[in-house]
Amino acid sequence: MSAASLPAAATTAEVALQPRRSALYAGNTGAVIHRGLLATRSTNYLVVLSGFFEPVFYLLSLGIGFGALVGTVQTSTGQEVPYAAFIAPALLAVSAMNGAVYDSTWNVFFKLNYSKLYQGMLTTSLGPLDVALGEIFLALLRGAMYALGFMVIMQAFGLNLAWTALLALPAVLLIAFGFASLGMAITSYMKTFQQIEWVTFIMLPMFLFSATFYQITVYPEAIQWVIQALPLWHGVELVRGLTTGALSPMMFVHVGYYLVMIAIGVVFTTSRLRALFLK
Amino acid sequence: MSTPVITASALTKTYGDFTAVDGIDFEVAPGESFGLLGPNGAGKSTTMRMVGAVSTRTSGSLSILGLDPNNHGPDIRSQLGVVPQQDNLDQELRVRDNLLVYGRYFGLPRAVVAERADALLEFAQLTDRKKAKVDDLSGGMKRRLTIARALINEPRILLLDEPTTGLDPQARHILWDRLFRLKEQGTTLVLTTHYMDEAEQLCDRLVVVDKGRIMAEGSPASLIREYSSREVLEVRFGSDKNAEAAERMAGVGERLEVLPDRILVYSENGEAALEAVTHLGLEPITSLVRRSSLEDVFLRLTGRSLIE
Repeated sequence: MSAASLPAAATTAEVALQPRRSALYAGNTGAVIHRGLLATRSTNYLVVLSGFFEPVFYLLSLGIGFGALVGTVQTSTGQEVPYAAFIAPALLAVSAMNGAVYDSTWNVFFKLNYSKLYQGMLTTSLGPLDVALGEIFLALLRGAMYALGFMVIMQAFGLNLAWTALLALPAVLLIAFGFASLGMAITSYMKTFQQIEWVTFIMLPMFLFSATFYQITVYPEAIQWVIQALPLWHGVELVRGLTTGALSPMMFVHVGYYLVMIAIGVVFTTSRLRALFLK
Repeated sequence: MSTPVITASALTKTYGDFTAVDGIDFEVAPGESFGLLGPNGAGKSTTMRMVGAVSTRTSGSLSILGLDPNNHGPDIRSQLGVVPQQDNLDQELRVRDNLLVYGRYFGLPRAVVAERADALLEFAQLTDRKKAKVDDLSGGMKRRLTIARALINEPRILLLDEPTTGLDPQARHILWDRLFRLKEQGTTLVLTTHYMDEAEQLCDRLVVVDKGRIMAEGSPASLIREYSSREVLEVRFGSDKNAEAAERMAGVGERLEVLPDRILVYSENGEAALEAVTHLGLEPITSLVRRSSLEDVFLRLTGRSLIE
């Protein structure tokens, strides 16, 4: 073809550019999300699904199997519920966390250090906040998908005890958002795959000890404080209250915790992307 | 002359104690094809990153399309096309999707991007590979796709950092042909290279850069005229005999340059210089008369060759 039919690059510079965008944000997060969704076509779905099944297996073995030995347990608001209904909301929070964390650690690390995706994005008119929000949204989406699937399983087993279980849906979105945001922020400071392993190392005890399988009151008070400082406990308590129908004012604290976590994650991710690629 | 699209003065970039770019001045006019020629580590890529508004200068002033990149990074980047030294194509997307998605990063509407993507695939001679995975493309194809991608926003300046490094000769020539077409269309090109032939082919004007400083500036022809003779005679006597032969050759041609493997004789008439050498009773193993190139200019200016 002749070069003439090429979209001609502009050749004149008589008119100076009219500045309009901020240095951080071009209002184009949609393009980052669009890219992420297109890229999922080349994803290995088996790997994605394995992350979803982990909490499901815990529910089946501990909730249904082990639960037959336990009978009922008391929630933090004093309500007697079957053991499966006690741990299911905790596992729901975990599934939201897992999806968000897998995506915001391993995948983000690869895009940051190997595929140079963010570097490429930031040579366009995108700002670091566009990239941060878009990528966090995609991680959140994976968490939300896991959680949604888990909700369906809970419903099928009759583990949603109250109508307020519906509110668990926005709650798990919030939880996934929190973990996606903080996860990406932490990952953006990492330089080696070994450092990502530390995240997995921290997540396992957090999963086991955040009042997931029993009441937090079994611990001495000092340990309780530690657990309550960690994000998963807030997620577990929030979701458990909603699915068992035991609402409490503490829920505002849990929600507030996640809002702060989201904000910290977005701020750190944005400034880190800027420091890495626009320095 | 119309208003320059790029103006740099006393532009400096330091990393800790290391000064990568040491107070350089240059201007690029609209429609011009401007090159930075220099060896690896000369500060070319750092300069390109500052011009591309992805690296903040340490001092000096820089204006791209009338704007200061310190304050208007995204505005400037929206008007640039960038071909980085290492391809950073999106491996998770197919060839055509790479163009579509990149266009969306600039906030361009879907329909516009789709239309441009098809024209650019044609231009990059990749239409029949549009559904291929990026990984399955050859090095030359990846480079062409990167260039096509850089044109998706119809940039006012196209920045190319070492556009043909690592490509085989045939792929280089295809790429040069594409870039030459852009140049003919009037696209402003700014490129870095350590290949003198590339600079000679593509640049209207260039600066020779070494250790973060500009050593000389001009068109390829004028630089050769100013810093070298018309012709060069290359003679080899074998690595242990070159130095001795060079001593005896003092006075032949305008200037001698003794390299480890050969001696360069700068002269207006290479054949005459060769005759003078044989007249001295010296018998080179091989001899070659050629026209002066930018390589010779660089050697003259820095005492080193471009590719070390």
